[in-house]
Amino acid sequence: MSIFHQLTVKPWVTARGAGEYLRDRDTSSRPATKLALRVFLAVVAVLFMLLVIAYGNRMAYEDWRPTPQLRLLWANTFVLILSSIALQWAQFSVRRGRMDGMRVGLLAGGAFTVVFLIGQVLAWRQLGTMVYFELTNPAIAFFYLITGLHGLHLLGGLVAWGRTVAKVWGDFDRAEIRQSVELCTLYWHFLLLVWLILFGLLFSGNNLDILLKICGIR
Amino acid sequence: MAYVAHDESAHAPPAEVEEVELYHPKTFIGKYIWSQDAKVIAIQYSITAIAVGLVALVLSGIMRLQLGFPNTFSFIDPSNYLQFVTMHGMIMVIYLLTALFLGGFGNYLIPLMVGARDMVFPYVNMVSYWVYLFAVLLLMASFFVPGGPTGAGWTLYPPQAILPGTPGATWGVILMLVSLAFFIIGFTMGGLNYVVTVLQARTRGMTMMRLPLTVWGIFMATVLALLAFPALFVSAVMMTLDSLLGTSFFMPAVVSMGQKLDHEGGSPILFQHLFWFFGHPEVYIVALPAFGIVSDLISVHARKNIFGYRMMVWAILAIGGLSFVVWAHHMYVSGMNPYFGFFFATTTLIIAVPTALKVYNWVLTLWRGDIHLTVPMLFAIGFVFTFINGGLTGLYLGNVTVDLPLSDTYFVVAHFHMVMAVSPVLVVFGAIYHWYPKITGRMLNDTMGKFHFWFTFLGSYAIYLPMHYLGFLGVPRRYYALGNTDFIPESAQSLNAAITIAVLIVGTVQLVFLYNLVWSYFKGKRSGGNPWGATTLEWQTPDTPPKHGNFGPKLPVVYRWAYDYSVPGVDQDFIPQNVPPGGVATRKSNKT
Repeated sequence: MSIFHQLTVKPWVTARGAGEYLRDRDTSSRPATKLALRVFLAVVAVLFMLLVIAYGNRMAYEDWRPTPQLRLLWANTFVLILSSIALQWAQFSVRRGRMDGMRVGLLAGGAFTVVFLIGQVLAWRQLGTMVYFELTNPAIAFFYLITGLHGLHLLGGLVAWGRTVAKVWGDFDRAEIRQSVELCTLYWHFLLLVWLILFGLLFSGNNLDILLKICGIR
Repeated sequence: MAYVAHDESAHAPPAEVEEVELYHPKTFIGKYIWSQDAKVIAIQYSITAIAVGLVALVLSGIMRLQLGFPNTFSFIDPSNYLQFVTMHGMIMVIYLLTALFLGGFGNYLIPLMVGARDMVFPYVNMVSYWVYLFAVLLLMASFFVPGGPTGAGWTLYPPQAILPGTPGATWGVILMLVSLAFFIIGFTMGGLNYVVTVLQARTRGMTMMRLPLTVWGIFMATVLALLAFPALFVSAVMMTLDSLLGTSFFMPAVVSMGQKLDHEGGSPILFQHLFWFFGHPEVYIVALPAFGIVSDLISVHARKNIFGYRMMVWAILAIGGLSFVVWAHHMYVSGMNPYFGFFFATTTLIIAVPTALKVYNWVLTLWRGDIHLTVPMLFAIGFVFTFINGGLTGLYLGNVTVDLPLSDTYFVVAHFHMVMAVSPVLVVFGAIYHWYPKITGRMLNDTMGKFHFWFTFLGSYAIYLPMHYLGFLGVPRRYYALGNTDFIPESAQSLNAAITIAVLIVGTVQLVFLYNLVWSYFKGKRSGGNPWGATTLEWQTPDTPPKHGNFGPKLPVVYRWAYDYSVPGVDQDFIPQNVPPGGVATRKSNKT
């Protein structure tokens, strides 16, 4: 039943029999955790969207000084893509009942994520030692803030990942593990998407600037 | 798989919703302290929110003492005054109203009203409360740190919020910002629960359009809060960094007390945009649950179905959507492009349309209803009155040209207290009088309740109506003392003194309410399961107060909407939602 249809139902009409409505129980069969994760991802999306808008808003001022480009970020991006691919592999395996493949994918995904986070910290240190480094430059401060928040979200993901990994040895409930792996994969793909947008718009050149110019804001 | 009724009177089998794994506590601590039962968490939330709200009430009393009788009280200096203003505002809006409506009423009513055993994630729900409590304690701690709490005004505008010279610019503001961040984290945990519970844990037959409007209001407010609070979170984090690490997100180059500070290149206006992108939806985060609850109160106590149920739902959705595109009407005085102002003035006036629809529907529900002037009904009607008054001044202030001269005067104080303080608080009281019998099994005392209502209702008019007039005179808000000004007549001071006396009376009367809560818990009249003759599921529980798990062994099955009051030809003047079509006793005593 579409949302529009649902919202135009006349609930005061009860005479059509109970079964009619009972069959139309419109909650879907998706498990609650998946819905909860989706709602949470919407909240996270708003958080990063606001940061990008704030960045663009600040960029539109005359005295904007962009951050220097960090080559390392390209490598980090590549590693994060690998972690997503590994988790996708884990999901693919668990859906086909290949538990070994699932374990490999899961472990590789976590390992790549740790490498990504270490890479991000290295990028922080690289930028910190450059002559451009000035804490009062909003571009620099935004860089640390945005990458920091993104990293914290990955760290939170690693907690859930760790709980899943702890369960995949020995006897376990397959349906439960399958669900955990699916949730992790969704979360990782989402954070990869967020990172690609952040990296593409803000940290890989003046792309947001170009976008703002096209829109006539800057 | 799906059950198909062969005839209309058939009973459906019990619900097939996913059972929440209930954690059954054995010890007192597990049951009442580290509880995972939404009803206990709701009461924890409510008591904490009301306690911290009382602090804010006392603060407002102190502020009024200074305004009504300047130079009389030596313990109030200009810095203190600003600190009290700030803490009063922030506590009331976020730590009292948001927490009480969503954490308190949301937790208690959502599972019961949708026919669930508990929230979908009881453990997360429990953590949500403890994080909230931690945020409250952090905020209260700021009263005891060097420099005291922040005095930046509840909007915390930079640069002054973190500049030396502003009260609490070192410790106070940091505690405030960190406390807000924790509040938001705690709320997000709770909010996810409320949304998922409404969407996924409804019992059999409970379609979205059969939900009571209370659930609709709380649900939509939660969605707004989930999407709006990130803006406050981001700005709190950014301002904390500005203050502690010396970044310049919001701090421009500033010369403070003859010294150039290290900051440069930040944008204070950016903070205002972020703050109000949260701040305006926040108005509706408080208002939508109030709208929902008041719809149910009016319908139950007028024994009549709510007028225009679908329109009410659509209006809630429309208000929710529109509330995200009106925020800059709080910033007309910040200097903006006139087209920008035009846009936001237009959206602001458009949002009045669905809001007015709701008001008409409440009034039309009352029309030719069988109105019972119970205490909850008195508060509900008081709300409709006050909301119309406060809403109409909102139409004035939504226009740029009217707002500019009035923005920094008491007119604005009067407007938002009418619409955002008195109105929701009247609903809070009405709701407590309405659901207290379900929570405790006893009725609140009626005489004390009516006394409480009339003093609170008329008293708040004695407080806020004159403030509109003060605003027109040009009396500025946030000032510690008026000083000698030509354009403000001396009579304004007499009016201020009168307002203060009214505040003291209204404040004291709240003690009667608190006394009533305690007295009735032990000595109130026993209420039975459904004292108001209401149709919604929370009144159909086998036990009052409902036990852990809410509905006994079998979940109820819902056959009808929540507003079958005074149905023609039916014996009783209400039909509970879980009565099947064949189970209704009619006057001719043949089944229809």
